[in-house]
Amino acid sequence: MSALDVATIKRDFPIFEREVNGKRLVYLDSASSAQKPLAVLDAMDDAYRNHYANIHRGVYTIAEEATAAFEDARRKVARFVNAPRTDEIVFTRNATESINLVAYSWARANLNAGDAIVLSHMEHHANVVPWQILAAERGVELRWIPMTADFRLDLTNLEQLLDGARLLAISAMSNVLGTINDIRPLADAAHAHGALVLVDACQYVPHVATDVQQWDADFIAFSSHKILGPTGIGALWARKDLLEAMPPFLGGGEMIRDVRLDGFTTNDVPWKFEAGTPAIVEAVGFGAAIDYISALGMDAVRAHELLVTRYALDSLRDRFGDSLTIYGPSNVDGRGGAVSFLFDGIHAHDISQVLDEDAVCVRAGHHCAKPLMRQLGVPATTRASFYVYNDEADVDALIEALAKAQKFFAV
Amino acid sequence: MAGLEDLYREIILDHYRSPRNRGELPVPPAHKVEGFNPLCGDEVVLFLDVDPETDTVRDVKIAGQGCSISQASTSMMSAAVKGKPLSEVRQLIRAFKALMSIHESKLEGDGGDGSDLAAELAGVRLGDLEALQGVVKFPVRIKCATLAWNTLQQALDETAQTQA
Repeated sequence: MSALDVATIKRDFPIFEREVNGKRLVYLDSASSAQKPLAVLDAMDDAYRNHYANIHRGVYTIAEEATAAFEDARRKVARFVNAPRTDEIVFTRNATESINLVAYSWARANLNAGDAIVLSHMEHHANVVPWQILAAERGVELRWIPMTADFRLDLTNLEQLLDGARLLAISAMSNVLGTINDIRPLADAAHAHGALVLVDACQYVPHVATDVQQWDADFIAFSSHKILGPTGIGALWARKDLLEAMPPFLGGGEMIRDVRLDGFTTNDVPWKFEAGTPAIVEAVGFGAAIDYISALGMDAVRAHELLVTRYALDSLRDRFGDSLTIYGPSNVDGRGGAVSFLFDGIHAHDISQVLDEDAVCVRAGHHCAKPLMRQLGVPATTRASFYVYNDEADVDALIEALAKAQKFFAV
Repeated sequence: MAGLEDLYREIILDHYRSPRNRGELPVPPAHKVEGFNPLCGDEVVLFLDVDPETDTVRDVKIAGQGCSISQASTSMMSAAVKGKPLSEVRQLIRAFKALMSIHESKLEGDGGDGSDLAAELAGVRLGDLEALQGVVKFPVRIKCATLAWNTLQQALDETAQTQA
């Protein structure tokens, strides 16, 4: 018995009213971006129709309402990850920008040639390339935590890797493998070596109750669109003392306290990092998405996804046996609902194309994790990922469509 | 809505399952060029041996990996250009690219009548390659089909530079 009533939840999402190719939509690509409930669409519509103005500026009723709604969203986001303070949440465009903000502001102010940053082989490009840019510019050394045969972090040499490191930048959940990394012990080890900890929580926050204090992290990055919210807005959480010491990232309006011809002083955090008119209505939508999923309960969300993921792993193995290779931990404990696989020598794009005939939406490709794909020795995988609106029937539809692809491409 | 059979024509699946001219050629005299489709990880490795005396494709071999469309298109390309004079090969490249874009512009409804593209196609015998025209109904797959041909173009350009 699932912790969630999926039939009812599906009705909250207008997109599931439509069909594709005459079939009901089976959306298995939430790790890429999640669908949006009516509550989010309505909240954004209401914000535009009834409360829209620029924020932090106008001294009139609707501007004050818009400002209040924007800052209320920040409170919701802060609570959602158990941040100690609301002003530790910086709104960004997405998780990628959150990580880049740390790379451009904190890292450039603090790291120099000879310093090291520790990453892992399972990072998304968003948590690789900003550090590679920095490494090329500053001569900073990048070190990599490898993987075990069961697709988990191989921590055998963690102490050596962290020796002399200034930052550990690590994913809480792999977008390809589904692997959940246990952050607290990693953070403890990093801190013991004097390194700060940045968590790419983009895949984790939507699916598992997140507590930045329990993690003892220093920075975490995540986005709205994977948590049922709109695109165009994400968040960086960072400890307030770090944010206050960091130089500004983008310059412009809002991030300043005063500007003279010979210089400027910065605004308080978090606004110091929010130059220009932000994604006001998207913030409102982000807050509404958090309200929606919080009402379901993050523990129930996690329990439901474990159920569906276990059903998927079991069903795929039962039906296809050795024709199917799953890249990710075999045990659902310590794993999220992203299931990547190779199937019967058929290229992921061909699988995805055949699946689309049956309105089954999966991701095909390298999932913005090419270093990981090279480690796995595969050019591309097919990935099915699950969220609150998926159930066993969706897994069954995936399996029937895969059987069709197998028949279609049979040698 | 275009169906799967528009995309995966039997001749395409045949080339995918039994690719022609797989292998490698000694470099030199052959020229080796690799083509990548960064979006999906398709890879084409092309060995092109041009006879400078007669300006013909003496031999061609292909390697690489990718989806059925990219690999079938590569196989069909190799079969189409082997033994052909370079002038004919260049014409074939233009014609194939026209085939891939003529329907695209129609699909996008940009008002173009495709007459310039039609001119490229006039008088060129595409043969089996015409089976690939269904790809244009699946815009994200066009790059899969054109990868081999862009790689061939690059090989021709580099060969011309070497021999100049």
